[in-house]
Amino acid sequence: MASEYAIAIIGSGPAGMSAAAHAAKLGVPHVLLERASHLNDTIFKYQKRKHVMATPDVLPLRSDLGFKAGQREEIIDGWTKGVESHGVKVRLNAEVASIKGERGNFQITLAGGDTLTADHVVLAIGVQGNLRKLTIPGAELPFVQYQLDDPDEYQGEEIIVIGTGDAGLENALALAVNNAVTVINRVADYPYAKPANAALIQAAIKKGDITAFVNSEPKAVEPGALVLSTADGEARVKTNRIIARIGALPPRKFVESCGIKFPSDSPTAYPQVSETYESMVPGLYIVGALAGYPLIKHCLNQGYEVVEYILGNKIPPADEPLLQAKLDKANVKATVPELITAIRERLPLFASLTTLQVREFLLGSELHQPRAGDVVFRRNDYTNSLYSILEGEIGIQVDPANPNQMVTIGAGQFFGEMGLISGRRRTATTVATRPSVLLEVDRNTMVRLVRSVPDVKAALDREAVSRQIRTYLAPTATDAILADVVRTAKVVEFKPNDVLIEEGAQDDAVFLLRKGSVTVSRRIGGKDVIIGYLPAGNYVGEMAMLMNARRAATVRAAVATEAIKIDSATFRTLVTEFPEVRRDVEKRLESRLIDLRRQEVGQQDGGLLEFLMRQGLGEATDVLLIDEALCVRCDNCEKACAETHHGISRLNREAGPTYGSMHVPTSCRHCEHPHCMKDCPPDAIHRATSGEVFIDDKCIGCGNCERNCPYGVIQLAAMPAEKPSLLSWLFLGQGPGPGEDRSPEGVAKRTGGKHAVKCDMCKGIDGGAACVRACPTGAAIRVNPERFVSVIRQVAP
Amino acid sequence: MVHAASKPPGEASAPAPDTQHQSFLVYDRLLYLKIAVAATIVAIVLYLAHRPDGTPYGGTWLGYGLGTVGALLILWLMWFGYRKRSYTANQGKLEAWLSAHVYLGLSLLVIATLHTGFHFGWNIHTLAYALMCVVILSGACGVFFYVYCPPLMTQNRRGATMTQMMTRIAALNDEITSKAMGLDNATVAILRRSTETTIVGGSFWQQLAGHYPDCTTAAALKAMTKIGTADGARADALRQIRMLLDEKAQLLGRARRDLGYKAMMDAWLYVHVPLSFGLLAALFAHVLSVFIFW
Repeated sequence: MASEYAIAIIGSGPAGMSAAAHAAKLGVPHVLLERASHLNDTIFKYQKRKHVMATPDVLPLRSDLGFKAGQREEIIDGWTKGVESHGVKVRLNAEVASIKGERGNFQITLAGGDTLTADHVVLAIGVQGNLRKLTIPGAELPFVQYQLDDPDEYQGEEIIVIGTGDAGLENALALAVNNAVTVINRVADYPYAKPANAALIQAAIKKGDITAFVNSEPKAVEPGALVLSTADGEARVKTNRIIARIGALPPRKFVESCGIKFPSDSPTAYPQVSETYESMVPGLYIVGALAGYPLIKHCLNQGYEVVEYILGNKIPPADEPLLQAKLDKANVKATVPELITAIRERLPLFASLTTLQVREFLLGSELHQPRAGDVVFRRNDYTNSLYSILEGEIGIQVDPANPNQMVTIGAGQFFGEMGLISGRRRTATTVATRPSVLLEVDRNTMVRLVRSVPDVKAALDREAVSRQIRTYLAPTATDAILADVVRTAKVVEFKPNDVLIEEGAQDDAVFLLRKGSVTVSRRIGGKDVIIGYLPAGNYVGEMAMLMNARRAATVRAAVATEAIKIDSATFRTLVTEFPEVRRDVEKRLESRLIDLRRQEVGQQDGGLLEFLMRQGLGEATDVLLIDEALCVRCDNCEKACAETHHGISRLNREAGPTYGSMHVPTSCRHCEHPHCMKDCPPDAIHRATSGEVFIDDKCIGCGNCERNCPYGVIQLAAMPAEKPSLLSWLFLGQGPGPGEDRSPEGVAKRTGGKHAVKCDMCKGIDGGAACVRACPTGAAIRVNPERFVSVIRQVAP
Repeated sequence: MVHAASKPPGEASAPAPDTQHQSFLVYDRLLYLKIAVAATIVAIVLYLAHRPDGTPYGGTWLGYGLGTVGALLILWLMWFGYRKRSYTANQGKLEAWLSAHVYLGLSLLVIATLHTGFHFGWNIHTLAYALMCVVILSGACGVFFYVYCPPLMTQNRRGATMTQMMTRIAALNDEITSKAMGLDNATVAILRRSTETTIVGGSFWQQLAGHYPDCTTAAALKAMTKIGTADGARADALRQIRMLLDEKAQLLGRARRDLGYKAMMDAWLYVHVPLSFGLLAALFAHVLSVFIFW
């Protein structure tokens, strides 16, 4: 070997350090070059005491350096010790000026003029060395900075934070403790940040702790001030310090100087690498954020793997055993690469995904191999996963009364998307009609995938719209007949209180509700009075179309709602051209008209209905209500809850609003699309088959769910100590009584960190919810949307 | 015209959880009332049909039979206190138990009376019977309060929680204190008494009776009304203080009434529970003495 080193690793972030540690452990001659005067500059520059996450959770760690979620300081300390103990050869203050050559013959020139030679180069420089800077006039002034080490360094200053990603918001929130902080936001909300950070910043703005300029853009920096263009004109904001956190970009110039080309001109494009992380320059490998993988765990794994690949060991990726276990569990005789190929070739929904994307969503998926006649899921099950057919055939029982009437779908197609979209119970039972191989993608994984890959969303929507129209409008019509209607149909999203249909208007589109719920109201005596409530699965507006009448009522979204808007002209053509479709639609129309008369609530009841909608019951699947005309305030419901849940009640009977005698206590509504599930780092919140939203043991107590819940029903609590048996308390007075563990000793004995706790509807306890079972007077009831109207009639004032 | 759709073919009609919403008094279409009435009728018919050798009393076969049924019933009724607190046990809804507890408890009055054969005296047997009657009657009072108080409580609360009412009272106190600045010392002293010693609860009897003769706020309001008119800024301050005091008095009244209702719903238990334990002891003595001395 002519070169000094077998491997030169450039950049000592997680990827570089992990590679160096593995090379050192295997005794491979190596050097780790770092531009800064310390290792791991990116993590080093994290805000002090920042909690570092270890996502993706299920992915096993494969590195000679340890890593688990924790504080910045602990992690840096652990890695520094790891690098020392493995005997990594580190060269600090070594900025690389150029890399020339190829496999077996690389010359690396340092900024000082020194030159090193190496057989292989691992480029792990990340993107944080190339922070995006402000380009406005005055940006070079000294009080403009691009990072924040320790928020406690600043006291009593006026500080402007530009950038509303997580870094910017985390800085703003930390600085706001001791400073007057102003946040500049180009838009009105916070789409670039995690929902939890967005919620925190919005709360701080509401409280007045932070000032925010929305729909505003920085125009110029002047000494002591920032000039903004806002929706109301130009504004000049006085400031002592500007912190701009506007992201980082691949250091394109340097990378190109090494001979690597970028796939596109976009400033956010990443250099392409092979499956062994090798770039188009033989022997030059790229790992970590520069290769497009910003998560620390990916970086650590890639560092390890790249060394193995350089040594010629084709080790399988870290998640291989997990994926293989899924295949084995379902008894599918195939290797992981075969499975990935099959998914990409046979399932059009996932055809556009890269291998890594497929691997990632496979971690959140399961395989099933049902025999002919096996049920996949049943009608009314509360599962929200999506199934794809890799092999075989599935029958969907479209008529619950007649299980033999089935629509069959074959390999390549997917099913179960209605539950995924609406967040409600399964609408039909599905059965394998032939031996099949199914891929079940978990709801959270699917939601993430739909959000990040537009192609998947488009493919899913196209098919779902067609099926929903057929199911709900014209089950007897064939695909060909409906083709025009489906083609012109659009998915429209509505925010709470948005109007779908305005009373008196002359438009005549039909809305098929596929997610959320709406209220129907009429103007009575100059006031909007709510007369009905409709959850997803219903449709509104077809009467105006069929009868050529004005809109007779107003329809408003009760919660975030999605509807399929069907163009009336195409639909009218359809019913004129195909009498059998018209007969079908009219038959349903009449039966629903009768049903409407039965469903419609009285004028007083409308007030109660409106009240319940305001309490978020429009998105509830199961909610605890208390009829105060019967409630004797014994709090046995709270005690029962505490007794069955480690001494911590998940409901507060007294708190919460009341209308007439209907009281909505502070207690989980088990939302159709649970807000708490939106941003759970360890993926600890789930929905059970029977509908309960619950938190499992993986909870890390980060509090995201508590902040995301709009109804304040999640609390962070430590587990209390064990209690004596009921009889010892009753007869011997030992220990705290039922639901009473508030004693200082009891609290002191609580061990371990705090965990999020919420109502789990007494999942796993025979007999159902303890609160309702323990109510002696029948005041406590649990209600689902289907029963709202009947309950309202019973208790309306 | 906009209208509601019935269940489309695939639409879920969720498996109905038990959302039957009704008072414990009419639970399951009065099932337990029916059982209790049936048991009572059977007991009366047996009693009327029974022709013992002497007068009817506890020592005949029917007397023993009714006594055994009554004693077992007492034990079962008392088990309610345990059942109420065993939250994890899957023994049906507590509402069903309460419904049964109420109606079977009332039927015990007839069954036990027939068991006595109307023989009473100054002895342990009649003591047990008397205790039982008091326990049952106190229970009947409880039922009355459980039906009477809840709607009144909701009405009285007007949607506010007790904490909210207390917070508002504290805020009113602060406002009164600040408005009182600049008034003469005597007036300030009266107002200070009101803001510094606001009694909401008091003793259990006071809560139950809702009688607060020493209410400092009522006194202050009375005193302020007596001062009557004044001039200029002082008149303004006095008027505002009167309004604040009035609001506080209203709130205090509501908070005290709330506690009063709660006390009513609790009071009967102070008789019902201790005496039922007394009854248990007397019952034990009664049964023991019957077997030893009869």
